[in-house]
Amino acid sequence: MSNAVEVRSLSKSFASVKALDDISFDVGEGELFGLVGPDGAGKTTLFRILTTLLVPDRGTATVLGLDVVKDLWEIRSRVGYMPGGFALYPDLSVAENLEFFAAVFGTTVEKGYELIAPIYRQIEPFRDRRAEALSGGMKQKLALSCALVHRPDILLLDEPTTGVDAVSRREFWDQLGHLKASGLTIVVSTPYMDEAVRCDRVALIHGGKILEIDPPRSIGTRYGLPLIAVRGGDRFGLLHALREFPHAHTVYLFGDELHYTDSRADAPPETVANELREYLAGRGHKGVEAHPIAAGIEDSFMELMGSAPAPTATAA
Amino acid sequence: MIPSAAAPARAPRATGVANGFAIDARDLTRRFGSFVAVDHITFDVGTGEVFGFLGANGAGKTTAIKMLVGLLAPSEGVAHVAGFDIATQRDQIRRNIGYMSQRFSLYADLTVRENIRLYGGIYGLTPGQIVERTTTMLDTLGLSSNADDLVGKLPLGWKQKLAFSVALLHNPKIVFLDEPTSGVDPMTRRQFWELIYAAAARGTTVFVTTHYMDEAEYCDRISIMVDGKIAALGTPTELKEKFGAESVDDVFVRLARGATKGETA
Repeated sequence: MSNAVEVRSLSKSFASVKALDDISFDVGEGELFGLVGPDGAGKTTLFRILTTLLVPDRGTATVLGLDVVKDLWEIRSRVGYMPGGFALYPDLSVAENLEFFAAVFGTTVEKGYELIAPIYRQIEPFRDRRAEALSGGMKQKLALSCALVHRPDILLLDEPTTGVDAVSRREFWDQLGHLKASGLTIVVSTPYMDEAVRCDRVALIHGGKILEIDPPRSIGTRYGLPLIAVRGGDRFGLLHALREFPHAHTVYLFGDELHYTDSRADAPPETVANELREYLAGRGHKGVEAHPIAAGIEDSFMELMGSAPAPTATAA
Repeated sequence: MIPSAAAPARAPRATGVANGFAIDARDLTRRFGSFVAVDHITFDVGTGEVFGFLGANGAGKTTAIKMLVGLLAPSEGVAHVAGFDIATQRDQIRRNIGYMSQRFSLYADLTVRENIRLYGGIYGLTPGQIVERTTTMLDTLGLSSNADDLVGKLPLGWKQKLAFSVALLHNPKIVFLDEPTSGVDPMTRRQFWELIYAAAARGTTVFVTTHYMDEAEYCDRISIMVDGKIAALGTPTELKEKFGAESVDDVFVRLARGATKGETA
């Protein structure tokens, strides 16, 4: 068996909403695989099917070579799952939560300690504190420890870093890197584009469909239009001025820059940058810098999202 | 820039925001038992400014915001919001601010229109004003055809944009936004920030927290809280220069890594 996860033509609807619409992909053994997409994209539905908590309407999925419908009990004992949001027992202590999860899986904290130690040691000084009284970063470390305590063969993490600060997010991804190095397969979803670069491969997911699957460094390479970074004083004014430029395709805020995409696929990017500088100077924006750049994951994602049908209001 | 040195000399404080500051805080402090959640913070926010209030989880941001919006009394120090004293004039403050909390603040089992009507009533708008502002808001947000949908059925990004607009329903002088874009897709985050810019252009002061460091770059000025104190304050460019950093993310990580209290909050 070479694939830890195999998904074929998987669909799932809730009433009239297609949460997953005919998706297919594989995750290799030992791979760190990212599902990147916004709230409502279908990520959680996918995790719930892979963890055997939901049955698909159509299509098949296997996890560790086991069928998610027929082999649910074996899958459940071999998967580590960290659901979105806070899914621990708030009125149990740190240690009690961990002991509880170990007991449910018929094991003990001692047997799983070696695997969880790098993470759990950071919260062990607070072992008697109730889980609800932990800070965001600590809750997340406890949740990861609970998902790992039975030494699973695959780890499924649903938005583990939403609402977590930038430092804790980095530390969390460092831990995932260590776990991957130990051979564990990891499937992780995130709305943060900057986290996608730490995955082996990334699936961009939106409106129940997978838009693209690629290694993170390849994701921008298919961006077919000239992309220009623009930097200047009055960002809001620049944004509107650029949108009124006749060849503007999209204009987005981007950190301390604006990213302008031109609608002319064959226009040389340098020429476009020159045109923009001239145009903006003519509109009274002085000292504006504009230079061509390569598209990143976030550029690609928004471009793909923009060309996909918008999610309906009921796509919760 | 050191926060206490950042305060320029000012005329004696009049009522209202005549001194040009929407918020001024001097040694604002809050203790819980022996734990100092907010430790003598001093800063100003100018009228119409977009001010980013950053910090790690547990650094004291939410406690500070709760004091500024009048939900929590300070243990020490003074602060004025829209010219009113946070310790003694809480009612006036509440009439002059909008607040969008970390958790979604609208009623999921009411429709879009019902939520707007409810908050309009709470903010003391007349029925005529409510009808007029409902129409404008739904148009601006592109939600006109969803006016009678339950808010709970809307995608998160739409809810957040709606919650922001509702927080502005009574034309407050200052709006406080606590992690308004957490978990929201990159396109909707940007649309949200365009709403923020539009509000600031109309003169509304925006006080916002976020964990997205690219959004920190969108602010006029930012402060970074570490262990209950303001560890840095300035424009994003000033802070990057001061710390010799490529991005606000680098500045943030460098400061927040030194935190000692965060994980005990």
